[in-house]
Amino acid sequence: MAASTIPTPLAPPGAIPLGVRRVRIELKQFFRDRQSAVFNFLLPVLLLVIFGSVFGNQPLAPGSDITFAQYFVAGMIASGVLYTSFQNLAIAIPLERDDGTLKRIQGTPMPKLSYFVGKIGLVFVAYVAQVTLLILVGKLFYKLVLPSGAQWFTFLWASVLGLIACTLLGIAFSVVPKNGKGAPAIVSPIVLVLQFTSGVFFQYDQLPHWMQQFSALFPLKWLTQAMRSVFLPPEAAAFEVTGSFELAKCAAVLFAWCIGGLILSLVFFRWNKRGQD
Amino acid sequence: MTRSAAASASAAVNPLVVAAPGGADLAVRVRGLHKTYGETHAVDGVDLDVVRGEVLALLGPNGAGKTTTTEILEGYRHRDAGDVDVLGVDPAHGDAMWRSRIGIVLQTASDLGDLTVEESVTHFAGYYPRPRDVGEVIESVGLAEKRTTRGANLSGGQRRRLDVALGIIGRPELLFLDEPTTGFDPEARREFWVLIRELQAQGTTIMLTTHYLEEAEVLADRVAVIARGRVIACDIPERLGGRDESIATVSWREGDGVRSVQTQEPTTTVSELAARLGGEIPGLAIARPSLEDIYLSLIGHDTKDI
Repeated sequence: MAASTIPTPLAPPGAIPLGVRRVRIELKQFFRDRQSAVFNFLLPVLLLVIFGSVFGNQPLAPGSDITFAQYFVAGMIASGVLYTSFQNLAIAIPLERDDGTLKRIQGTPMPKLSYFVGKIGLVFVAYVAQVTLLILVGKLFYKLVLPSGAQWFTFLWASVLGLIACTLLGIAFSVVPKNGKGAPAIVSPIVLVLQFTSGVFFQYDQLPHWMQQFSALFPLKWLTQAMRSVFLPPEAAAFEVTGSFELAKCAAVLFAWCIGGLILSLVFFRWNKRGQD
Repeated sequence: MTRSAAASASAAVNPLVVAAPGGADLAVRVRGLHKTYGETHAVDGVDLDVVRGEVLALLGPNGAGKTTTTEILEGYRHRDAGDVDVLGVDPAHGDAMWRSRIGIVLQTASDLGDLTVEESVTHFAGYYPRPRDVGEVIESVGLAEKRTTRGANLSGGQRRRLDVALGIIGRPELLFLDEPTTGFDPEARREFWVLIRELQAQGTTIMLTTHYLEEAEVLADRVAVIARGRVIACDIPERLGGRDESIATVSWREGDGVRSVQTQEPTTTVSELAARLGGEIPGLAIARPSLEDIYLSLIGHDTKDI
């Protein structure tokens, strides 16, 4: 078959095939970048090991079979959503705005949607990799019990809703840092504060009331709660503020943040540096 | 009178701006372009034509409005007033089809550090409906030996060549080059010029901004000088700013020194010399002002005007 007889289509490739190309190139860059490897994989595992070793075998309450280590692993898996989506994108996108990535791709026929498809693909793969690592460490060292039955379903929807919401929030938040260099200094403290107040580093039901109310405004609190229902035995519900994991409410809040994140990213996201359009 | 009408009227009276030949097939047509940032008129009535198939060099001091103008043509920035037509399309509404017909080499980029040259070029080739061959493009920009080197490990000049490779991979009809040879050594610059000539021979229209007047002289069919947001001169390099009619310097060797005379009639001077010295004139040279001389006087002239 002579190649020259095939009429060449003149329209550029579509948004989805190019989005798949973007996913591949994003993953290549992500896994080759030392900084993102440290931030997204090494740090969570390190935290898990340190906190786990210090508080490891303390029961959540006297006489309880559930250790703080298990509670903490569930919180770290929820944090994994935040790390790989919000923290990752809110730092990476300002860097890409600075180094010319965004400008370069805007100058090509690639549909802008493909860029976001690439980011979403990256976030999902990075999350699966990170969560696998965390579960592995949790299972090996902290007697983490793998979910069963309906817990898998909860794990799935909590992860997906959380990832969508936090990805969109990360895209929207990428306009906040003035430049890429300063982004980690703005983004990481936010993640850290949310972790302290949402029941990752401390037991949520023992936090001051105002702190509980503050963190209930953000997705992480609801994510950790849902993840606790996945990775802790049912009797752990006794350590929730209301005595229940409130899964329907978790889903509702996360879904609301998906909508909120979509609106915020549509309104605030910008391709160009400030003063360059 | 509207702003753009005022701008065209003022351009019409400027004898230094020579319009593109009438009826020429234009790749770019700009009339009365304005862009304001706060109180600053970054672009203050630019009129510009780029003829299909030509290399047009855009010269001008930093802050003159070169980059703003170029980036409006590339569809990156919005304009406040004026008519802009790039390959028959208003860049403010350029779609993917239009984007696939233009190539852009930006001034500064430090992205793609984690990808090899080949990976980057292959990836970007996938964005275009009829890309050039990846291997050939890498070869043509002189990066064949760096095919498997990551962007972060390339030298400054090699990085620029990667930028050029990504700019031409889509087989553009119109190529924008923003200071493409900054940081090149002389040899690399010459190789780059050959590449530009080849692209032009293949029918690519090229709009080049540069700080190197030698480069403009070698590459450009026409040169436009932009200062204070306007095109103050536009012509072929040999005629820019009345260069061909300006005073020539005739110099020769006589006795134990070099003599020189400034004249408006160098031919007469030379024949007189030939008669006087009896035949061949030792060390004869006739020099018109260099493009750089003309450029600097144009920029200086403009400054005095303000």
